[in-house]
Amino acid sequence: MRLDKTEISLGLIALACVLFGFVSPGWLIFLLTIALAKALVVQGVVMQMRSGLVSFGQGLFYCIGGYTVGMGGQFFGIHDAIAALSLGMFVAIVVAMLLGLLLTRYREIFFAMLSLAFSMILFGILVKSQELGSTDGFNVHDWTLFGWAPEAGAGSQHTVFTMTVVSGLIVAVLIHRYTKAGIGVICEAVRENEVRVEYLGLSPRWLLYGNYVAAAAVSALGGGLTALATGHVDPEMAYWTTSGEFVFIALLGGLGHVAAPFIAAIVFSFVRTYAIEFVPHTWQMILGFTLLAVIIFLPKGLWSLVSREKTGERA
Amino acid sequence: MTCILETRSLNKEFGAVIAAKDLNVQINKGEVVGVIGSNGAGKTTFINMVTGYLKPTRGEILFNGKSIMGHSPRAITRAGMARSFQVAQLFPEMTVLDNLIVALAAAESARPSFLSPLRSDARIARAEEILKEFGVDNYRDSLVTAVPQGARKLVDIAMALIGNPQMLLLDEPTSGVSVDEKTDLMDTVMNAVRQHGVTVLFVEHDMDVVERYVSRVLAFYSGEIIADGEPAAVLADQQVRDLVTGHRPTTKQGNGAS
Repeated sequence: MRLDKTEISLGLIALACVLFGFVSPGWLIFLLTIALAKALVVQGVVMQMRSGLVSFGQGLFYCIGGYTVGMGGQFFGIHDAIAALSLGMFVAIVVAMLLGLLLTRYREIFFAMLSLAFSMILFGILVKSQELGSTDGFNVHDWTLFGWAPEAGAGSQHTVFTMTVVSGLIVAVLIHRYTKAGIGVICEAVRENEVRVEYLGLSPRWLLYGNYVAAAAVSALGGGLTALATGHVDPEMAYWTTSGEFVFIALLGGLGHVAAPFIAAIVFSFVRTYAIEFVPHTWQMILGFTLLAVIIFLPKGLWSLVSREKTGERA
Repeated sequence: MTCILETRSLNKEFGAVIAAKDLNVQINKGEVVGVIGSNGAGKTTFINMVTGYLKPTRGEILFNGKSIMGHSPRAITRAGMARSFQVAQLFPEMTVLDNLIVALAAAESARPSFLSPLRSDARIARAEEILKEFGVDNYRDSLVTAVPQGARKLVDIAMALIGNPQMLLLDEPTSGVSVDEKTDLMDTVMNAVRQHGVTVLFVEHDMDVVERYVSRVLAFYSGEIIADGEPAAVLADQQVRDLVTGHRPTTKQGNGAS
């Protein structure tokens, strides 16, 4: 497998992140783990945005990934992290294959609201499920990695951080290839002119369906990693504000590059953490102003700062 | 001659408006057929029905002897009938080259790859050949939005031809193109069409273009076909002159008709 410049850069950044994990304080490791796991969910949102669809319900797959990891350990004796994460992705794929049959018939606001509706249905089911802890959710069982049980606390935190970085790297490389591959480019073509795609003999609906299912798998991985990192899942993962947060991060980063959601998720996490620390009663307002500033001054997201810099160098 | 496209009693009604009334058409393989008529005569409705964009109210459409009624546009395209549009339908945020590469990938497979790069060397080389064939290679790396109308039309038609269709339907290929460019554009298109051995049906308002390039004319008026035959005969028809062209045809200007 030949790696291009972007893929090598992503690999080096991932390696630097893993090494950085050995010298960083626990709070920073935790913050970065959650940010990177959420970035994976945002990758799913961005994949759909590239095809012209905005999902306001990506929390559905984030929640499915998280709950499957939690339930796997709690009820089915699946303690291996990789097996639990894979199962989460599998369940998300099955659910997406079913929901996608309906959702990919719709476009624009109808798609956005329907995706939100399914996410809220899951939220409602979980809130009513006493066995799953209702609104409180439940704790994730201690997990292992290929039979090795990391030490509770810092050891576990560092392991899940490394797993998140490695997962992020694999997903980033795959998505980078996906966006340049037939389906990735043609999904963008669907956004630009669906009629022409149809008259080239392709089915825009099935292209969007494939994209929707792939995005669900990626988002579920993010949910599973979050569950491992926090050791807890609750119905808030499927709540509409959580899905809104993913759209927020997607807009913050922009669609320009596979690295954009990672950068945006880290910026978002820091802004929110420090806003809550210093202005606890108005942190939402700080986030609102941040998004406003990005939309006005950087309509193509934070990544446009990097792409402008590159263009300047070429000129 | 073998019939490639046949419509039987094709009707389209939009509420009380009858856009197409009992259209019975037979197009033979290798023909270049011009469709004329004033605005609202039903020309584009006819093309839209035949290519699956509009569902006829009644009637039958046969392509190569098989019914294509109710088929999707993509199924009809895959069956061998391609079309271009009155307003060129391209991917505006992509370069001209990438537009053709997408069309090439679509022609190769209905299931695009998940991981193989779309921009392969082979596709780039083929797309460059097509750009040269259509005389738009100087716009290779331009975004579609930065390309003149005539070149956009050519790219639109080139994309339709990429899948090696048996029949090509062109909806007003010279609309929005300057008078000076029309002949060059049509010469380029007709040369490409002849090389591919494609049957052509095109809607056109410019009678000079019709006379120059077609072997047969269908004249539409108010959803009906009022004349069908050789260009000289149809354009000289009194009813066509009264209802469609409004003037006598000029003498033939070239030998473009095949």
